[in-house]
Amino acid sequence: MNTIIFRTIAPFLTALMILFSIFVLLRGHNEPGGGFIGGLIAASAFAIYGIACGVRPVRRAIHFHPMTLSAFGLLLACLSGLPSFFTHVAFLKAHWIYPEIFGVDLALSTVMVFDIGVYFVVLGSITSIALALEEREND
Amino acid sequence: MALFGVDDTVLAVLAPFAAALFAPSAVRAFKHNAAWLLAIVPALVFLHFFRYVGAVSQGETFVEGFAWVPAYGVNFTFYLDGLAVLFALIISGIGTLIILYAGGYMKGHPQQGRFLSFLFLFMGSMLGVVTGSNLITMFIFWELTSITSFLLIGFDHLRAASRRAAMQALVVTGGGGLALLAGFLMIIHATGVNEMGDVIASGDTLRESALYLPILIMVLLGAFTKSAQFPFHFWLPNAMEAPTPVSAYLHSATMVKAGVYLLMRLNPVLGDTAWWMTLLPLFGGVTLLVGTLLAVRQTDLKLMLAYTTVASLGLLVMLTGAGSEVAIEGAVLYLFAHALFKGALFMVAGLVDHETGTRDLMRLGGLRKAMPITFLCAVLAALSMGGLPPFIGFIAKEVLYEGTWTLAARPQLLTAVAVIGNALMLAAAFAVAFKPFLGQPTKTPKHAHEGPVLMWLGPLVLALCGLGAAIGIGWSGPALLGPMAGAVAGAPVAGDYHLVPAHIGAPFYLSLATVGTGLVIFWQLDAVRRLIASVLKAIGWGPDRGFDQFISLIVRFAGAFTAIVQPGKMQIYMNTVFVVVAAALLVPMFAFDEAPSMPAMPDFRFYEWLVLALVVIGIIAVLAARTRLIAIVSLGIQGFAVAVIYMLFGAPDLSFTQFMVETLSVVILALVMTRLNLTAKDSRPFRETISHMIIAIAGGIGFGALLLAVTEVPFDSRLSDFFTANSRVVAHGRNIVNVIIVDFRGLDTLGEISVVMVTGLAILALIRIRARGSKAPEDPPRGGSLKPVSEPHPEVAS
Repeated sequence: MNTIIFRTIAPFLTALMILFSIFVLLRGHNEPGGGFIGGLIAASAFAIYGIACGVRPVRRAIHFHPMTLSAFGLLLACLSGLPSFFTHVAFLKAHWIYPEIFGVDLALSTVMVFDIGVYFVVLGSITSIALALEEREND
Repeated sequence: MALFGVDDTVLAVLAPFAAALFAPSAVRAFKHNAAWLLAIVPALVFLHFFRYVGAVSQGETFVEGFAWVPAYGVNFTFYLDGLAVLFALIISGIGTLIILYAGGYMKGHPQQGRFLSFLFLFMGSMLGVVTGSNLITMFIFWELTSITSFLLIGFDHLRAASRRAAMQALVVTGGGGLALLAGFLMIIHATGVNEMGDVIASGDTLRESALYLPILIMVLLGAFTKSAQFPFHFWLPNAMEAPTPVSAYLHSATMVKAGVYLLMRLNPVLGDTAWWMTLLPLFGGVTLLVGTLLAVRQTDLKLMLAYTTVASLGLLVMLTGAGSEVAIEGAVLYLFAHALFKGALFMVAGLVDHETGTRDLMRLGGLRKAMPITFLCAVLAALSMGGLPPFIGFIAKEVLYEGTWTLAARPQLLTAVAVIGNALMLAAAFAVAFKPFLGQPTKTPKHAHEGPVLMWLGPLVLALCGLGAAIGIGWSGPALLGPMAGAVAGAPVAGDYHLVPAHIGAPFYLSLATVGTGLVIFWQLDAVRRLIASVLKAIGWGPDRGFDQFISLIVRFAGAFTAIVQPGKMQIYMNTVFVVVAAALLVPMFAFDEAPSMPAMPDFRFYEWLVLALVVIGIIAVLAARTRLIAIVSLGIQGFAVAVIYMLFGAPDLSFTQFMVETLSVVILALVMTRLNLTAKDSRPFRETISHMIIAIAGGIGFGALLLAVTEVPFDSRLSDFFTANSRVVAHGRNIVNVIIVDFRGLDTLGEISVVMVTGLAILALIRIRARGSKAPEDPPRGGSLKPVSEPHPEVAS
């Protein structure tokens, strides 16, 4: 699979897919998409990069261990439930704020934080499995 | 009662847990002198419970705490009456002294902070047991005492003997704890209440219940294991592997009395039946005799004391079940006296061990000059243990003899058992208190001298308490002991005891006989010891060995069982799973005539037929594929076609996900294949192919029929209507699927992503094991023929 064409376009493809995965993640609340699908897309991106260029560049690019990303996601998802602790409503109940940034009404919510958590959990878990499988003993 | 804030007792029980948190830091800051600081906590707890003495002795009871899980009737509540308060005073009072003692005993030990921390954890748990009102809350504390006992016995975890003793204690007391839980649940079921005060007030409900016998057996199992009754007594002497402060505190003064506490606590509702008055005296009496005989046999100071503790617990159980109020008074007095003198004697044994380097009676002698204070403590405590005036032990023995002598049933038998037991205990007490201190000084591993104040303070205070409680019996009787006996008996007890016997009757003569016999045995101790040793040698088997045999039996059984259900071949697992799935789907369907009817031919458009054809082509390609790689990719075709179907029928999210999952599964399957170095072609023999085919077809038909059956059931649209109506309005999202995932069912998703992560971790671990598999040792784990997980199986990818 280490054809020169594949190796050349893989980094660009990966970058594009990551970008797309973030797009899918953020539009998820209103259009098809969301954290789970976004995470899967990002994981495929890293898997492709790993197949094309080897595991080491991928690990370098991610910087953190993928499992750490996964744990971070789980933490994020849990934290998104905490505001309800202070407003005395059920755990994980959604909270929304609408700050105006550069004249644009931005809808931010704990639900979005939760979805980003899902994204990282899926991304981290699948990527770490894929990378571990791609790794050769002599790699 | 408003005077005592609702939370005070809760705080008092939780305070030791808080102290456990700070103990390591305190030790790091102040070295062993941190004990002085830390001892303030149990001292305050002691003062807290002491405030209740006045009210409780008037017969008042208190319930404090708060609702915990009200839906299940689980409350974090504490019940205080005479029984609970005296126990709490013993635990916190002796606890204070033990913390000080441990400060001296473990001085310079690198893990002293951890040790004190464990002691505090135990203290809090034990306070919870004796004051716990809600049965479930009390059970939790009960188990916590087992766990902390495990931690403390195994404190010196580098020694195999410690580890074994810790494990043994945990298995025995933890197993009893499970029985107790069953007993508690049955009590809750039978009485309909789950607060201790209500249970005690339930009168004859339990005695008349059909569940009485099962409840009794379960409660007795819990109590007998915890209080080391024969034949479960073996763990207690083994627990002497623990550092001496632990032996003094847990394994003589407090934890082992939890079982006796439980029996005393439930005596008003479970007692006074033929079963109760047969089983308790029987097991208690046997334990008393076995314990004392084994005690006299020992030459190790701690072991000797441990077996007398077993014996004392037997005596307490016997008296609790004897079925007379006076016998119960005797039990209460003896329990109090025992906590004082046995705690002191254990600390003395620890002192001797600490300062001389040995606790073997044969190698000790003449220490009275070198360790005068220790000698004084030993003598004071031993005289109380021997039941001599003017000590609390004497009053206890007088009352308990009066109790056994005036019993309605079998007074002679129980009295005789009590006299023999007490005589042997006197001999053991004198052996511990006099042998090491009198006679010619011997050469000991360390040069003997008096211990530090931290260490002799505890035994001295306890021994003096034994003296003070007897001299001040005019106060301690009605204020402490009477209320406790009243709580056990279920009727008020005056607590009117005297140091000087009011009249010379049977108890006095029995006391004389006890002391006389005891002194004779003490005089002829070596001969008695040889005699018992030869008898034991003739028997050659004991419960301690029985425990080992039992454990190895379980391990062998588990090994054999595991070898059957976990043969280590992927193929067998997969076959089993799919056969069970197919059977679970198909058998009920045909057995109960629930098979779906054949649906009418649907009216599809041509492009829909096209997609369906793609699915079929994909499957055919899988079956016809020559190599595994082609099969995997063909499976992907089929998956994509299904994703297209989702799209056509208006489920874009599902379709999207299906595309990604299919892509990733093909990639990962291909990676697994290369990783496992599978042969490119499938090389199953024809017979296996056929059987796999049958299983696969059965599973497929099963799932298909299930889906058909589900769609034939009238669709309940309440949920989808709710989501459609509220997704935009309440959750501000137009994508209903996503809103359900992240908002309406957020908690479910949180659980799911946790599973995703844990699965990822597990798979990662499996892959790593394989990577290092070549270096792993070849021999399988003991007790089973498990194959190493790393063994490659060609079936993994098929």
